Amino acid sequence: MVNEILTTFADRWTDILDASLQHMMLSLIALFWAILIAVPLGVLLTRYRKLAGVVLGLVSVLQTIPSLALLGFMIPIFGIGSVPAIIAMVAYALLPILRNTYTGILDVDASLLEAGRGMGMTRFQLLRMLELPLARPMIFAGIRTATVMTIGVATLASFIGAGGLGDLILRGISMVDTGVILAGAIPAAVLAILFDLLLAWTDRMATPKGLRIRKDLHS
Amino acid sequence: MNRNAVEFQNVSKSYGDKVVIDNLSLSIPEGNIVVLVGPSGCGKTTTMKMINRLIESSSGEVRVFGQEVRKQDRAELRRQIGYVIQQIGLFPHMTIAENISLVPRLTQGRQGHDLTKIDQLLELVGLDAASYRDRYPAELSGGQQQRVGVARALMANPPIILMDEPFSALDPITREQLQDELIRLNEELHKTIVFVTHDMDEALKIADQIIIMQGGQVIQQGTPDQILRHPADDFVRGFIGEKRLASNLSLTVADVMLLQPVKLSRFKGLAEAVQTMQRKRVTAVLVADQDGRYHGIADTNDIYKRYREESLTLEDVMRSDAPTLRPEIALSEAIPLVQDAPFGHVPVVTDGGKLVGLVTRASLVDVLAKPYLEEVVASGE
Repeated sequence: MVNEILTTFADRWTDILDASLQHMMLSLIALFWAILIAVPLGVLLTRYRKLAGVVLGLVSVLQTIPSLALLGFMIPIFGIGSVPAIIAMVAYALLPILRNTYTGILDVDASLLEAGRGMGMTRFQLLRMLELPLARPMIFAGIRTATVMTIGVATLASFIGAGGLGDLILRGISMVDTGVILAGAIPAAVLAILFDLLLAWTDRMATPKGLRIRKDLHS
Repeated sequence: MNRNAVEFQNVSKSYGDKVVIDNLSLSIPEGNIVVLVGPSGCGKTTTMKMINRLIESSSGEVRVFGQEVRKQDRAELRRQIGYVIQQIGLFPHMTIAENISLVPRLTQGRQGHDLTKIDQLLELVGLDAASYRDRYPAELSGGQQQRVGVARALMANPPIILMDEPFSALDPITREQLQDELIRLNEELHKTIVFVTHDMDEALKIADQIIIMQGGQVIQQGTPDQILRHPADDFVRGFIGEKRLASNLSLTVADVMLLQPVKLSRFKGLAEAVQTMQRKRVTAVLVADQDGRYHGIADTNDIYKRYREESLTLEDVMRSDAPTLRPEIALSEAIPLVQDAPFGHVPVVTDGGKLVGLVTRASLVDVLAKPYLEEVVASGE
């Protein structure tokens, strides 16, 4: 069994590498857009809090749709291929980032903001120097959740012809070949874990010492 | 020097129907520590925040150095006014140096991060620059954080500094220290400091001028001494605290005098007098008849000067012209007399010339300190 798998890996390693790269590209592009949309939208929602309920509700609904079904919806609208897959993945990754940005910024201590205002910060300076840095750990946590989810959803993207490691898994299933299935499944799992670790490390590096101390004191 | 730094003219502030500040007019002279004091909800914080427009007035004019604040750009106005709040006001993700240089950085970017100036300010507020500059607020004690808060407010060298209960979250010892240093600092810097507190002790200690507020209005403005001496009404009197007033205003000499002073007949010899004084451990004796008629007072000096003359009695050495007090006299009138009296002893004598007691400096101290001592005992339990 183990031998069989090793042989498959040895025979197909270029396929595996290609699929992994494609998988990563799909996920990263989707994440890029998700962050680009969700972070500013989250900030905007803190300024127009009446909208927040509606928007967060809508995005939650998107999240509730089973991922495979969401991909299915893409076909009649956008056809098949990587573009509709990425759109579905973005929609899926929005919620954790959006919600964490929104709550992260609202959680910033009101007296700190008043101190900032009282010292003459403009609204933009408040955002750049206080709100975003102080909400950053929270926003980062949202991005981390979204990343792991996106790498998972990307394995389903091959159903609508977007490629990635899902291709190997599907092929393995139809061929009833455990080795091929695992050749897709193992790298997908490893990718998710690797990215999670990488982000955890980045988070630690990016957190200013002052905030880390506070966290330690509170725990 | 007598220019007004801040003026309020007929300023009101209301939220809906609720009037928080009611037609308030006041002026804050330049270079003073002016303390706004009053119970919570009296409008003192609102008043302070209208100076840098954290709160906008509903009507009336607030002027800073003669300029209407509402005609100025909000952010610009605030950068010219230092602002210190309770200790939470330091930004946790910035180092101490970054916190201090914040205001200049708002306009000048990285150039505002003037290390020489930062170090100077740290030293000015009593922190060692080399060891604190690169730390984070969470690594400092509450008192140290608030020192940094003061340094931050001074960085842009503003003529006016607003302080919103800056020391209230600190322990009593640290609070005292910081109050002392604020006084010292302003003797050097001559800033106009508007200081908000609900603590009358703090106000009396640090203020050049106290403004007592209640229900959105100024009840009284004056120096601590003026307010202690002439409280405007019952509210002020209550707020100052009975302990500070009652003890020396409503008490009479009868309340504080010693009832059984050492007294001797005027026919006693000097040697006997000395022996009695030694036994009772006193430095002076009162001279009176058996029926209580007062004749005079003699202290050790008077006696020893003429001790060799064996035929003398107390009557020959006593002072009969020493000041005396009547028992019904108010203590406040008695205090100066006791302070100036020779050997600090003043006999208490009735209109009829009867000796009823003795007031000494020591008994005054006991009485004046008593309410405070009781307070210490009460809080110690």
